[in-house]
Amino acid sequence: MTIAISEQVPRTVHGFDYTRVVLYGFALALVLLIVLPMSWLVYYAFSSPSGGITLSNFTRLFSESTFIDPLITTFVLATSTSVICCIVAAPMGWLVARTDMPLRRTTRLMVTASFVTPPFLGAIAWELLAAPNSGLINQAYRVLTGAPADDHLFNIYSFAGLTFVIACYTFPYVFVLVANALDRTPGDLEDASSILGGSAWDTARRVTIPLAMPAVLAGALVAFLQAMTLFGSPAILALPAGFHTMTTKIWSLFQYPPKPELAAAAALPLLILTVLLLRAEHMILGRRGYAVLGGKNSDPRIVPLGVLRWPAVLLCFGILLCPVFLPYGALFNAAFSRIASQVISINNFTFHNIYFVFFELSATKLAFYNTFVLGIATATLGTILALVISYLTTRQAVAGHRVLGFLATAPVAIPGIVLGVGLFLSYTRPPFVLYGTLWILLLAFLTLSLPAAYQQMQSAFRSIHPELEDASRILGATRLRALREITAPLLRTSVIATWCFVFVGTIRELSAAIMLFTSETKVISVLIFDLNESGDLAAISVLGIIMLIITFGIVALANRLRIGGGPVRLRNY
Amino acid sequence: MSRKVSRRDILLKASSALAATTLFAQPTRAAAPPAEAVTLALIEAAKKEGKVVYYTSIDLLLAEKIAKAFEAKYPGIAVRVERTGAERVFQRIGQEYSSKIYAVDVVNSSDAAHFIAWKRDGILQAYVPEDVAKFYPAEHKDPDGLFASFRVGMSVIGYNTSLVKAEDAPKSFADLLDPKWSGKMVKAHPGYSGNVMSATFEIVRDLGWEYLEKLAKQKIMQVQSSTDPPKKLALGERAVMVDGNEYNALQLKEDGKPVEIVYPTEGTPMAVGPNAIFKNAPNPNAARLLQSYMFTAECQQLVIDIGALRSVHPSAKEKPGRKPFREIKVMKDDPAGVEKAAEEIKARYSKTFGV
Repeated sequence: MTIAISEQVPRTVHGFDYTRVVLYGFALALVLLIVLPMSWLVYYAFSSPSGGITLSNFTRLFSESTFIDPLITTFVLATSTSVICCIVAAPMGWLVARTDMPLRRTTRLMVTASFVTPPFLGAIAWELLAAPNSGLINQAYRVLTGAPADDHLFNIYSFAGLTFVIACYTFPYVFVLVANALDRTPGDLEDASSILGGSAWDTARRVTIPLAMPAVLAGALVAFLQAMTLFGSPAILALPAGFHTMTTKIWSLFQYPPKPELAAAAALPLLILTVLLLRAEHMILGRRGYAVLGGKNSDPRIVPLGVLRWPAVLLCFGILLCPVFLPYGALFNAAFSRIASQVISINNFTFHNIYFVFFELSATKLAFYNTFVLGIATATLGTILALVISYLTTRQAVAGHRVLGFLATAPVAIPGIVLGVGLFLSYTRPPFVLYGTLWILLLAFLTLSLPAAYQQMQSAFRSIHPELEDASRILGATRLRALREITAPLLRTSVIATWCFVFVGTIRELSAAIMLFTSETKVISVLIFDLNESGDLAAISVLGIIMLIITFGIVALANRLRIGGGPVRLRNY
Repeated sequence: MSRKVSRRDILLKASSALAATTLFAQPTRAAAPPAEAVTLALIEAAKKEGKVVYYTSIDLLLAEKIAKAFEAKYPGIAVRVERTGAERVFQRIGQEYSSKIYAVDVVNSSDAAHFIAWKRDGILQAYVPEDVAKFYPAEHKDPDGLFASFRVGMSVIGYNTSLVKAEDAPKSFADLLDPKWSGKMVKAHPGYSGNVMSATFEIVRDLGWEYLEKLAKQKIMQVQSSTDPPKKLALGERAVMVDGNEYNALQLKEDGKPVEIVYPTEGTPMAVGPNAIFKNAPNPNAARLLQSYMFTAECQQLVIDIGALRSVHPSAKEKPGRKPFREIKVMKDDPAGVEKAAEEIKARYSKTFGV
């Protein structure tokens, strides 16, 4: 790389060091983003409606069955989801990373598709598929077997149904972690095992599986977290089945008459558990040396599957039926059918649903506008924040950079609904009254997307040697100028990729938005949720398909740019 | 803090063909402001505002149809419909007003108790459309001119005709406790729907909590909006609905969907859904214009024809083929009673049904 140096080398100016200002500025911004809402949350959790400090919220929380039941439900739900995800995703990850199974790339692509599908949309699609009576699968089952009219194969409005749907959109987290770990694990150790006479099974049992174990465990924790903090799917599937999870309970506490103190108290356990689990994940994955061995790494060893090649493909695609093919099919069907539960035929094919969404539904335009404004603003600001903070931390540019790094990662531990409650409590009162504006949603989305953006940018920075910047600095450029003119151009693709991922993550956010929206600041995800409550499934399908098209467009764009830096952790809502 | 709204039983007037409500029963105090005609000046001022925001709990399709009809009549004024359940409408406005966000112009709610609360809070704007002054019976308009009955709705029992034969269909609330309906019924939520809130109040008053406690053991599918159970019937998702809007069921039935309505022998729960304007409406003129329009015979006819709701406007004609309102035995509504009991009903309902 050559760097053009302008003719007139500027005199070295020992002027005011702006880095300090930048540091404090950003630290302050992060504190406002994270510490303020969380402090209000804690304050409310310990105060009584009439004012004054009390523990009564927690005594109620841990003594009344209306609170204990959701706590237990959530715990069981998260555990079972996590187990299912590991059972399904770990073998799939291995097949894709370490075997000669055909269509490996397509499989990865399809997992990405389930990764970016908004879980609440998946839940609604599964209502269309597996509602006990009207669900397409159950209808087909009755037609095929001649079972009586109220017999059914699946009931999606059940604990098992909810677990299944959440697992559908959570297993990609485990898959990505496992597949990446196996991608990076060199084949030497396995080769050594074979050379020393180990059978294929011995090698797998004593080498490959132990090497992949940390990734599986980390995946299990992430899956647990996702299932625990998810709002949309339980709200859609658990309420009709007659039970609450913690997230839906917290949300219901804001219905009239609102009980913010109890909601805050109920949000705290979620927050604490998330922090603990993330610590655990860090401890597991933090023990490096497991996978990446450096030095003379050989390529991962590919296991020939022989006659099992095509059955393996079938298995993968069979699994992918659940999160991708079937739900997409159901949404597509409902979008063009007069009755959402009927398969499209000449008799009931209609464009009316599309017409309705675009020309009759007066909330559509505003929701799209808000979603795009927020998506673009969050992606842009989030990327800039992440860029500057990762510069400061990777280059250790200022004292206190560790604090910045910590603050930028901290929101990972804040479930969307908890942040929603915290922001609601902080910004509906002076001095910052932001409720009712897009700003409060921007704050929420920015906070939620910052960790992923930061992680992305940080690994991008690590891949660029600081010598280029040093050269520029030696020639007299300030830090900001070096950043702007040297580093930024080198990071262009990473920046664009990060932008895309933040955008995609933002437009599908529901759990914080549901706490913070007003009629003027409704976004598409909230609109879809509203439509679900009034049973307008066809309109949802149309909106959902548009959302998916936009998402895939952006993801395709980001993928074309070939981002390095490993998996992006999209939040699941 | 809460002043008791005085109650006075009003006799059912045959001419009004509607059950009397205590909602409008007020001691003769201040007279309502004079009726205001729609003037050119009002239309011009409304056009300058260019939009009006309507928070409502009526079915989305009807709300959007009314919006389109209004926009066609007064071009240049866009109506934005914010539809959600009546209880959510109430919560939303409460939340917004406590944060000094004034987004709503005109409101409609199927829980008439809300208007008692808003009136007490003094946030409604007095405005009497011409049609209301001329045609609306006294028990359907607020004596202070703050609101009037935009629509009357009922919560009915219903069944899917391809899943249930007419002779097997339930005839009464008591029939729903038959074990044969276990796992086959869908029901809306009083924490979301105003119509169901009123219905729950009336059922509790007439049949007692014991009834609902027994019903809760029937493995009910719990949905939120009272617009949803009829749709679940039409999809074939459940065979019977415990409650749900009569108007959605009528619409679906008339559209050829396999839905049939049952007016329970104990009486059909009813709920009046008034309309009002807020003092702090951001588009005050457009709000007046919309409010006026909604009480015209033209719009009320839409309420009947498209909405399949019941109207109080004497010139609006009931659609042939639908059971005339006066022939239906109703459970008397009591907004003041609902207003007092709402909180307890929500809490106890959640406990009883688990959500």
